[in-house]
Amino acid sequence: MKLIYEKSQPGRRASSIPRPEGLPEPEVPEGLRRAEPPRLPEVPEFELIRHFTELSTRNFGVDTGFYPLGSCTMKYNPRVNERLVTLPGFANLHPHQEEDGAQGALELEWRLQQILAEVTGLDAVSLQPAAGSQGELTGLMLVRAYFEDKGESQQRRKVVIPDTAHGTNPASVTMAGYELTHVQTDARGNIDVDDLRGKVDESTAALMLTNPSTLGLFDENIEEIERIFHGAGALMYYDGANLNAVCGISRPGDMGFDIVHINLHKTFSQPHGGGGPGGGPIAVRGMLEPFLPTPTVISRDDGSFGLDFDRPKTIGKVRGFTGPFGVFVRSYAYMRMYGPQLREMSEAAVLNANYVLARLKDAYDLSFDRLCMHEFVLSAKSLKRDHGSTALDVAKRLMDYGFHPPTIYFPLIVPEALMIEPTETETKETLDAFCDAMLAIAREAAESPELLKEAPHSRPVRRLDEVRAAKNPVVRYGFAAANPVAAEAPQGT
Amino acid sequence: MTHPYLALTDADKAEMLRTIGVSSVEELFRDIPAGMRLGRELDLEPALSEQELSAHLGELAARNVDTTRELSFLGGGIYDHYVPAVVDAVLQRGEFLTAYTPYQPEMSQGVLQSIFEYQTAICELTGMDVSNASGYDGETVTADACYIAKHATGRTTVVVTEATNPQVRQVVKTYAPGFGLEVVEVPHRGGTTDPDELRQAAEGAAAVIFQQPNFFGCLESAPELAAAAGDALPIAHVDPLSLGVLEAPGRYGCAIALGEGQAAGNFPSYGGPHYGFLAARQEFIRRMPGRIVGETVDTAGERGYVLTLQTREQHIRREKATSNITTNQTLLALAGLVYLTWLGPQGLRDVGETCLALAAHTKQRLRERAGVELVFPDQTTFKEFAVRVGRNARDVIRDARELGVHPGYALGRDYAGMDDVLLVAVTEKRTPAEIDRLADVLAEVGR
Repeated sequence: MKLIYEKSQPGRRASSIPRPEGLPEPEVPEGLRRAEPPRLPEVPEFELIRHFTELSTRNFGVDTGFYPLGSCTMKYNPRVNERLVTLPGFANLHPHQEEDGAQGALELEWRLQQILAEVTGLDAVSLQPAAGSQGELTGLMLVRAYFEDKGESQQRRKVVIPDTAHGTNPASVTMAGYELTHVQTDARGNIDVDDLRGKVDESTAALMLTNPSTLGLFDENIEEIERIFHGAGALMYYDGANLNAVCGISRPGDMGFDIVHINLHKTFSQPHGGGGPGGGPIAVRGMLEPFLPTPTVISRDDGSFGLDFDRPKTIGKVRGFTGPFGVFVRSYAYMRMYGPQLREMSEAAVLNANYVLARLKDAYDLSFDRLCMHEFVLSAKSLKRDHGSTALDVAKRLMDYGFHPPTIYFPLIVPEALMIEPTETETKETLDAFCDAMLAIAREAAESPELLKEAPHSRPVRRLDEVRAAKNPVVRYGFAAANPVAAEAPQGT
Repeated sequence: MTHPYLALTDADKAEMLRTIGVSSVEELFRDIPAGMRLGRELDLEPALSEQELSAHLGELAARNVDTTRELSFLGGGIYDHYVPAVVDAVLQRGEFLTAYTPYQPEMSQGVLQSIFEYQTAICELTGMDVSNASGYDGETVTADACYIAKHATGRTTVVVTEATNPQVRQVVKTYAPGFGLEVVEVPHRGGTTDPDELRQAAEGAAAVIFQQPNFFGCLESAPELAAAAGDALPIAHVDPLSLGVLEAPGRYGCAIALGEGQAAGNFPSYGGPHYGFLAARQEFIRRMPGRIVGETVDTAGERGYVLTLQTREQHIRREKATSNITTNQTLLALAGLVYLTWLGPQGLRDVGETCLALAAHTKQRLRERAGVELVFPDQTTFKEFAVRVGRNARDVIRDARELGVHPGYALGRDYAGMDDVLLVAVTEKRTPAEIDRLADVLAEVGR
């Protein structure tokens, strides 16, 4: 398919911009004026719409079909939420509007904070972080501020992370200026408590843990882990990536965690948008509240809502304004549609995952044979050993059956990993069709492995060469073919 | 009764539990210690129907005074530019809206090609070689650039001009301690930055960050500021809608160009979600944060697109990654691409020229009709400028809003000695009649 730049013809345009009469001539000082215009596409409006409509048909979303991408919680995104964010009172509200002109927005944010505090079992919430990974970084900044305030920041330099963690956890640790301590996983898929005991002491600042873990397993040693960390005076950080498993069932605050980030785009249905936006609010215990980012959203005695900028112990700001407001509208709407029935949402997510696991576990390898939570990790290592078919091949072949593949090759401790998260919003018929496809692929691997190796067969493109892309990166259109004059221009300008 | 967003019937559940080999849903949670279970219902208000939800949110929205209900001259980083209908149409395609990061390229050519086109548009706008797929906002991409500069130079200070957006400076300062960076600010002199002063501060620094047009709306001598950076990386924080009329940072020697993308194709939305763009010279490609899409071919030799250079990223490189970012702002960046496509090069120039002309006209009318004084009368501005209103600007805002006009941003919130200063923003959406209305209102309440 052509790029929009390859459909461009000089002199075409989709826009017309008003220019009232009688205005002064627009003036820019000579040395600051743009010399060469940017080569943006020149297309009429209908070509624009056709181009992006065609692109959309070459993409697969939750609206297209089953999308069991592990750890990403690809659930249905209710359409009413898309209508609600376009209400002029939300979409056209300027973030510098005075408080008395933004009472509806502030009340929505405050109510969302209250709901998130209840769901996480913690005391105070900041909505500001833009996504889960920024929530992590913000949480680690809170850890640092807390220990600075206690005079222990020089001594507490280490953050403990299990080997099953998302890559964001160690990356956030580095960006926050902390040192990493790795801890292993035991034979049942829990944190190895014996390994842990020797690694936690007065130099430890915090634990970062996803529970249920990226293996989809609830850590059976969590009570002991809590005693170890709090006994050493360290804090506990909960990566809320997998919160969809436990809403209304078990709360991170009740598990002993002091800081939690919530992925609004996972558990609370902000559409993933092809990669974003997300939302990564953090909830904390009361002793960490003074350090939350500024401003905080507050409720006043007179029933009004406001922003509190006067926070002497704050870590500062982590993004602009109060956070991604449109995400808050959608997630607030989603949670109001469930109310206390959020528990049913999590129960359905866990039931669906266990059902698919039960149907597939004989055909694929399973490293930890337990009941799972909202997701589970299979391995294609026997398929690879016996038939040369890898997790990648299984993933590509699933496309031919009309399903988005699971997350593959993660977590790192499972070879040939296939990480499957069905979420709650699927019919049993869909789950069965997916299981049938996975079983059929396991048979195909034995009978005609080339079907897997050459997959996908039914997508707009065949298997793409990622190595080639990285070896000689072409990350923008070159214009040379479309515009021979530009081809002669000096390179690297 | 089954919740509308759920699907399993009682018969489904019974059959599924049988297959699993447990007797109840409760049993699936047996690994959770009893003491850690909630043991009660969540204390939340009862579930709403969609109709009730719409009424509730409609009521909340109605208690906001948005730019359709109040004539607004607010800017200060977020702007009331026109968003064309084609943006809404494309963003509502469920295939874009409900997909995630294109880890499986054969399922995601639509998103991947659109990001490749977005990267191209950002490179064209900024005059840079490489763009990422977006960051969270104009604030966080500036912090990202500091991380690049720290690792590219091994130095430990970054210099930022005081005339740079205060929220950008705050976010940089929040991130800096973790990066092991110190932040040095260079004051403005009469609304712009003195290149000599910047040159002194830049000695031994990792980066020099300035904004063009700056937070006061004034045009910096950007090429001189870039040159003043010396060995430090010059980083320009730019308004994308200015780049049809103002020179591209890549053409005056900047190492990195970045900014807030909201003005290009996103509604103000009380501060987000929007997108931050980040583009750099080729030499920084392996230090870039976040997703980058590259061109390749499939097994049949056909052109296609994939996420590339992933060894920079957290899911591969973990603690040695160039950033922790995963989820970005792809959908909002898509809005940006659609908007820039809608504009084309001529439209981009038209928007810039209309903003320039309207702002110049507004300055003139405010002086003539309202008797306000320009704070920086000798400076050229783009779409925003500072005026003295004779008394506390926050009081002026309150009184003007009583008359249905939001006259601008109170600069005293961020700058000492500016309690009586308003920052007035004029986009292409404002008309001469509306500008006269602002002048009349300021004449009435401004002193």
